[in-house]
Amino acid sequence: MYSEKVMDHFMNPRNVGEIENADGIGEVGNPKCGDIMKMYLKIEDGIITDVKFKTFGCGSAIASSSMATELIKGKSIQEAMQITNKAVAEALDGLPPVKMHCSVLAEQAIRKALLDYSKKTGVKIEGLDETEFDDDDLHEIEAEE
Amino acid sequence: MEKIIYMDHAATTQVRKEVLDEMIPYFNEYYGNPSSIYYLSNFSKMAIDKARERVAKAINAEKNEIYFTAGGSESDNWAIKGVASKLRDKGNHIITSKIEHHAILHTCEYLEKLGYEITYLDVDEYGMISLDELEKAIKNETILISIMFANNEIGTIEPIKEIGEIARKHNVIFHTDAVQAVGSLPIDVKDMNIDLLSMSAHKLYGPKGVGALYIRKGIKIDPLIHGGAQERNKRAGTENVPGIVGLGKAIELAYSELEENTAKLIELRDYMIKSIQSRIPDVRLNGHPTKRLPGNVNMCFRYIEGESLLLSLDMYKIEASSGSACTSGSLDPSHVLLAIGLPHEIAHGSLRLSLGIENTKEEVDFVVEKLTTIVDRLRQMSPLYEKKQEGK
Repeated sequence: MYSEKVMDHFMNPRNVGEIENADGIGEVGNPKCGDIMKMYLKIEDGIITDVKFKTFGCGSAIASSSMATELIKGKSIQEAMQITNKAVAEALDGLPPVKMHCSVLAEQAIRKALLDYSKKTGVKIEGLDETEFDDDDLHEIEAEE
Repeated sequence: MEKIIYMDHAATTQVRKEVLDEMIPYFNEYYGNPSSIYYLSNFSKMAIDKARERVAKAINAEKNEIYFTAGGSESDNWAIKGVASKLRDKGNHIITSKIEHHAILHTCEYLEKLGYEITYLDVDEYGMISLDELEKAIKNETILISIMFANNEIGTIEPIKEIGEIARKHNVIFHTDAVQAVGSLPIDVKDMNIDLLSMSAHKLYGPKGVGALYIRKGIKIDPLIHGGAQERNKRAGTENVPGIVGLGKAIELAYSELEENTAKLIELRDYMIKSIQSRIPDVRLNGHPTKRLPGNVNMCFRYIEGESLLLSLDMYKIEASSGSACTSGSLDPSHVLLAIGLPHEIAHGSLRLSLGIENTKEEVDFVVEKLTTIVDRLRQMSPLYEKKQEGK
């Protein structure tokens, strides 16, 4: 049911863990739905120099988190803002339709961690505002696929 | 195929060699249609007759009370829809439980759309229905009580004989979905006051696609499948002769070895539960500690999610099952785990290991060892575990 890449990132996830004194932390999802993603960012001069994650969830949630961290590590904030859920899913050679919400969670976790960074530092990030995290219905996204 | 460790016997079982051997001639040697009148067909007719006798004997029924079907789901559908339509003029109320198999629950939901009223009984923390609540739920319009013999997920065995007594006392038909119980537990339909009983062959080392419905003499239900005169006009369609032969052989074997296999499985089951509990912290046994199916182990591992557990086990070719929402494609975890009162986040982390007669203590040790590593790895990744560690 999963691509080899998903299984690889599930079995050997990249960047698992926490960052002490992270510049931005984003947690999305909820235990009721069975997945929570927490992302930690280290940001220096607008560049994401380090990123770590912790995830409670299914195989594709773990793989999506892992892939998302790879996609943004070493990138600028602006580049990280361009990462969509589709990009995460494509980088994993696709996810089953019912699992697309996992890639959405990954995208959201990045954005929420960036928002946290923005709030902490006062650095404004274009295209990011708090209201986008009000909607808990991330799972709705699967209908689009 | 690579060597696997199969611990998903509640999902299905392999066909035993003795069973397969008896089935094979009915594919290409004695292939006659049992409804035909010539010489060749006598073999098929006799084979069905023998299987019917074996099935009847296993549950202490009479031969003419056994009707072959295409499996457990058909038997469940037939029992419920058959009673509902037959007794439409008598009443429209059916009592069942919240932890039934979907073959029962979805059939009941369908009947609700047709105007029937369904009471879904609650269960306690072990998954046991309350006899008091059952009796209180019965009213003049009640036409059927359908309570499963043993639960497919958590293995809890319901008080079937007592339910049967209550049903009989109030003159209500009693159906039990015994798909998980047949072949694993002693069943006496007479002593237990059972009117209708569903079974399936592939759960007891028989073939898939064949089952039976026991209909007690005197109980009238409408057919589900209309057509030819097979199964004494009650279930149309040319009989699945090899399948029926397989069911007959499998059930006979299961009951001739019941005592020995039950003892072995209970020992293995309890050993596995204890091993897991002693090696992995924050686990919970789901279901009743003793009133449970001999091979059923169902545990929740806190702070992790069931599908990731299953995927990791599959890396070692350990085949098991989960009540996790992520394995079913739905968002809610198992309705059974929610019904026994587990919060969503704990229900998401469930694992069912259903043991079978070919499993060994060595296999159990191997699985528990791998499980310990896997649970630890996934917990290290889990933000919920991190919160727990921080004492939040």
